[in-house]
Amino acid sequence: MEKVIVVENLTKAFGRFKAVDQISFEVEKGEIFGFLGANGAGKTTAMRMLCGLSIPTSGKAIVAGYDIRTQPEMIKKNIGYMSQKFALYEDLTVAENIRFYAGIYHVPEKEIAPRTQKLLERLGLEHEKDSLVKALPLGWKQKLAFSVAVFHHPGIVFLDEPTGGVDPVTRRQFWEMIYEATDSGITVFVTTHYMDEAEYCDRVSIMVDGKIAALDTPANLKKEFDANNMDEVFYRLARNASRKAD
Amino acid sequence: MHPEKPIEMKQFISFVRKEFHHIFRDRTTMAILLILPVLMLLLFGYAINTEVKNSKIAVYDPSNDTYTRAIIEKMQASEYFSVVKMLKNEQEMSEQFKSGEVKMVIAFSENFHENLLHTGDAQIALIADATDPNSAKSVVNYATAIIAGYQLESQQLQQIPFQIDTQIKLLYNPQMKGAYNFVPGVMGMILMLICAMMTSISIAREKEMGTMEVLLVSPVKPAMLIIAKTIPYFFISLINLTTILLISVFILGVPVAGSLFWLLALSLVYIFVNLSLGLVISSVVNNQQTALLISGMVLMLPVIMLSGMMFPIENMPVFFQWISQLIPAKWYIIGVKQIMIKGLGFSAIMPQLAVLSGMAVLLIAISIKKFKYRLE
Repeated sequence: MEKVIVVENLTKAFGRFKAVDQISFEVEKGEIFGFLGANGAGKTTAMRMLCGLSIPTSGKAIVAGYDIRTQPEMIKKNIGYMSQKFALYEDLTVAENIRFYAGIYHVPEKEIAPRTQKLLERLGLEHEKDSLVKALPLGWKQKLAFSVAVFHHPGIVFLDEPTGGVDPVTRRQFWEMIYEATDSGITVFVTTHYMDEAEYCDRVSIMVDGKIAALDTPANLKKEFDANNMDEVFYRLARNASRKAD
Repeated sequence: MHPEKPIEMKQFISFVRKEFHHIFRDRTTMAILLILPVLMLLLFGYAINTEVKNSKIAVYDPSNDTYTRAIIEKMQASEYFSVVKMLKNEQEMSEQFKSGEVKMVIAFSENFHENLLHTGDAQIALIADATDPNSAKSVVNYATAIIAGYQLESQQLQQIPFQIDTQIKLLYNPQMKGAYNFVPGVMGMILMLICAMMTSISIAREKEMGTMEVLLVSPVKPAMLIIAKTIPYFFISLINLTTILLISVFILGVPVAGSLFWLLALSLVYIFVNLSLGLVISSVVNNQQTALLISGMVLMLPVIMLSGMMFPIENMPVFFQWISQLIPAKWYIIGVKQIMIKGLGFSAIMPQLAVLSGMAVLLIAISIKKFKYRLE
């Protein structure tokens, strides 16, 4: 299998504090990789480095074939990103938001219209095309934000707690969209607080105190920790953490 | 791979278009931005008037001779004063001021005419109510001018050789119109408000809403983001500049005496200073309210108080005079006055242009540095 993310001994220190402490892992093309950890465990710092936003203190990582240290601009062109805060412009219409992100991600002009049409059909938002985003229900906003994040067909999409505050039904629909994205070859790197969502991932890593404490398929992890569900796995690992959640 | 240039351009256009969407969608803010200069000009032009017209004065005239009567007549005849009361004794004077009925009392010494002719020691006291120092000052100035004018006249009639010839000439603004002072002031204030405040708020909003994070992960270059953010406000301030100039020329009767080209050039530099000031502010704040507060407190107040728009800088304590040097609006307002009111050319605004350009370069450098720092 093709490796789209290769991380070796990646470390980020702030003074003497090692937010991320020598983590290593690989993610394969088309995989859904769950990146779990309690608040303060170092998830966000690790993810920021992988997105080219933050320079590592030591170690190396290759994302989408580019070195995060020397080619952050190339990485930015080849990934999609959806943050934990809802990040579309509320005072712009659905179409204007799509148009904007298509523009900054260099989607070819003639592709924009057909892709927009397809996206709206998929979300059932054809009639909301010219509505302001703030008029949409939260669930739709999240689905729209995800669709916008993969609109430019990135190799990898990073989702930072994408389903925060969303009801279970919408979360379910959201995950269907994630599966569809992987079917078209997109790799999904997702952080989440919901342990049921961890079960949907192909593989899950659990960070504790800046280190990766466990990494495997959900089924193997449950077997290894003799747990009934991911919640128990997570609890067994996280209770030993020395860092307090913020 | 496509050539870099057109792609960057497309990215830039998408960004600017988005910024205009934000502004056009927020009708209230846009209306305020466009109407504010008009309101401020009209407010300063008509409501806040420091010009002296028909100020009520009282006269204490114990001599009551031809000279004193002539002077009183002169006062009455001028459009600046109306004599509302003749006082019988000095006691009445303080009562007049206490009741607040008159702005100024003119008191002649006894045997005015006689003294003037023989000893040359005739005295007039101008006693003004200085609770409002600005208007007291102008009332006294006008009265002095009238008396001096009368003295000159009578000197010509009588050929008294030893009297001093006082001539007063008000340069550049012979009618002492307040508009000559506040039009440059309002220009300085409005352009700052729109450029600095709105730019800082618009970037702070991206941070507050979480969209900044998404933009930072995107291939958009920070420099482009910064420029694209400022462009709409650049255009709005050009519109405002035009509105202000049209109103001041056609409604308030303040002409552009000097070169329009250099006035616009100076304004452009000033706009750049404020746009970059807005960027610097936005790099230290994370939400719109703080941005608003900082632009309001840190920018607006000094501009109103220390730029020389309201109060003359020369009258301030040295400490504040020093601070006023740091205020871009101060330099801009002086420059605008040089061109607009005095009709001077490029050489007269060179120091202002130089200082403002220096400030612009410095602030842009700081804002870019700060912005990169935040990326890390």
